[in-house]
Amino acid sequence: MPDHLHRLTLHAAADGLRDGQFSSVELTQALLDRIQAVDDRVGAYLTVTADLAVEQAAAADKRLTAGDNGPLLGLPIALKDVLTTAGVETTCASRILQGFIPPYDATAVTRLKQAGAVTLGKTNMDEFAMGSSNEHSAYKPVRNPWDLDKVPGGSSGGSAAAVAADECLAALGSDTGGSVRQPAALCGCVGLKPTYGRISRFGLIAFASSLDQIGVLTKDVTDAALLLGVLAGHDPRDSTSAEEPVPNYAGELNRDIRGLRIGVAPEYFGEGLDSRVGGSVRAAIDALLGAGATRHEITLPHTEYALPTYYVIAPSEASANLARYNGVKYGLSDPQATDVDEMMARIRGRGFGSEVKRRIMIGTFALSSGYYDAYYVRAQKVRTLIKSDFETAFRDVDVIAAPVVPTPAFDLGAKLDDPVAMYQSDIMTLPASLAGLPCLSIPCGFVDGLPVGLQLIAPPFAESRLLQTARAYERTRGPLPAPTKAIDAQ
Amino acid sequence: MSIDRSQVDHAADLARLELSDDERERLRGELGQILQAFEALNTLDTEHIPPTAQVIPLGNVERDDRVADSLPLDAMLHNAPRVEDGQIRVPPVLDES
Repeated sequence: MPDHLHRLTLHAAADGLRDGQFSSVELTQALLDRIQAVDDRVGAYLTVTADLAVEQAAAADKRLTAGDNGPLLGLPIALKDVLTTAGVETTCASRILQGFIPPYDATAVTRLKQAGAVTLGKTNMDEFAMGSSNEHSAYKPVRNPWDLDKVPGGSSGGSAAAVAADECLAALGSDTGGSVRQPAALCGCVGLKPTYGRISRFGLIAFASSLDQIGVLTKDVTDAALLLGVLAGHDPRDSTSAEEPVPNYAGELNRDIRGLRIGVAPEYFGEGLDSRVGGSVRAAIDALLGAGATRHEITLPHTEYALPTYYVIAPSEASANLARYNGVKYGLSDPQATDVDEMMARIRGRGFGSEVKRRIMIGTFALSSGYYDAYYVRAQKVRTLIKSDFETAFRDVDVIAAPVVPTPAFDLGAKLDDPVAMYQSDIMTLPASLAGLPCLSIPCGFVDGLPVGLQLIAPPFAESRLLQTARAYERTRGPLPAPTKAIDAQ
Repeated sequence: MSIDRSQVDHAADLARLELSDDERERLRGELGQILQAFEALNTLDTEHIPPTAQVIPLGNVERDDRVADSLPLDAMLHNAPRVEDGQIRVPPVLDES
């Protein structure tokens, strides 16, 4: 049995299981041991379901012995705590949902289980997926496995850190304005956000419903393709899930990219971009040209408006979605209350953290009488402009390449008291989210020993092309000359 | 843009959000700062631009009205703090006076 089973990719572990090199129980136990050994320093998990995982692994081993062959059979995966899991506490890292035991699985979780996956537990996140540093978890911050004094990014910071620290083989996250790509870039893993509607949102606890999309965080591009193939597809329980056919992402992955037209927009390489991050991203684009792609200058003129547009629309939708947390149906309660309005206000005041309150207030204000047209409707109109920038660009190019985050991971606490500075961290991931486009982050280098990501953006439902481009880059890049992760340093 | 305390109080009231004096004061400053950043949207001419509410071409989704299995009542009420006779109990909603 090979050492360090926890370091395997999904596809390498699948090969090992099929060849009988190790069992799913051994693999799962190796991951649980790894979590036990490092997670008190990383803080990636809110809940570890060890017994359930071993039980699922034993069932997978039986199926493997019987010659069964589910695409994720016996492979341990972590779930962001924004996804409902039947019988397993789901909190969204919020006090207001402490103790909430969902009666059903999210469709994405059901699909993983049907494919044979082992679920390790629920990963830490910014409360209700609102944040860019994972410091807004009500329970504990997550630390970056490359440097424990740095943030892992957010809001899927627990999922990204769990993948980077080898505490799972892969993880599910969710991305509303960059919450998969940004932590993937800062933690050095692959993060894929598919087209809006590609994966069912049923059981994904809502933040901003016109933007939310489940995504995956993995150790390589092949794993992202494998997971997307399992998760994608229409679900009658989510009427915004797309009816588009689901291609064989893994099967088409190694297609040649000769002649692929890569668009590069100056708006993503301007002021605020760390020059070393920009250098890494430019070198990655050159590597794609070396693989046969061609480079085309494009312009996305409304990019600078994505930040204010997003921070009107997302909090507005959130203020409506979060109205349901009021102490009546689930979560924090006040059995002594005698007045219903006071009860709700008190529960919400006690149960929500500072960032969630801030966004509820922004959203409530933007939707309130007298401000609705000036803020909300205007932001929706600018969203149209941002979306049409991309439509115009994709007439001439196949994929757009850009940085993911303007800087490498920042210090814990550095932006906690300055919400506008924190929001700036999302500036390069917001436009594709507003346009609903598939996009991913892939590690493309290091700055000061911290990972940097290359962002690729494709037209709606062109995930296959996106993954092929990322895989072509990954082939030319090879294994990154990685500095030692802080978590493995001793 | 500056926000006064009554605007903060009004939004908190609409949002059913109990906030301490300190929180209200801090939010007053932060909301002002954030709304200031939103002013950039006013520099664009959007008069003839239609708003985008959702990004995929989608019309109404209809289905046949058929009886199907749903989750059992006790599973759905399991998380409710106060349950009586298969119903959720809350303090009086209407003023009795």
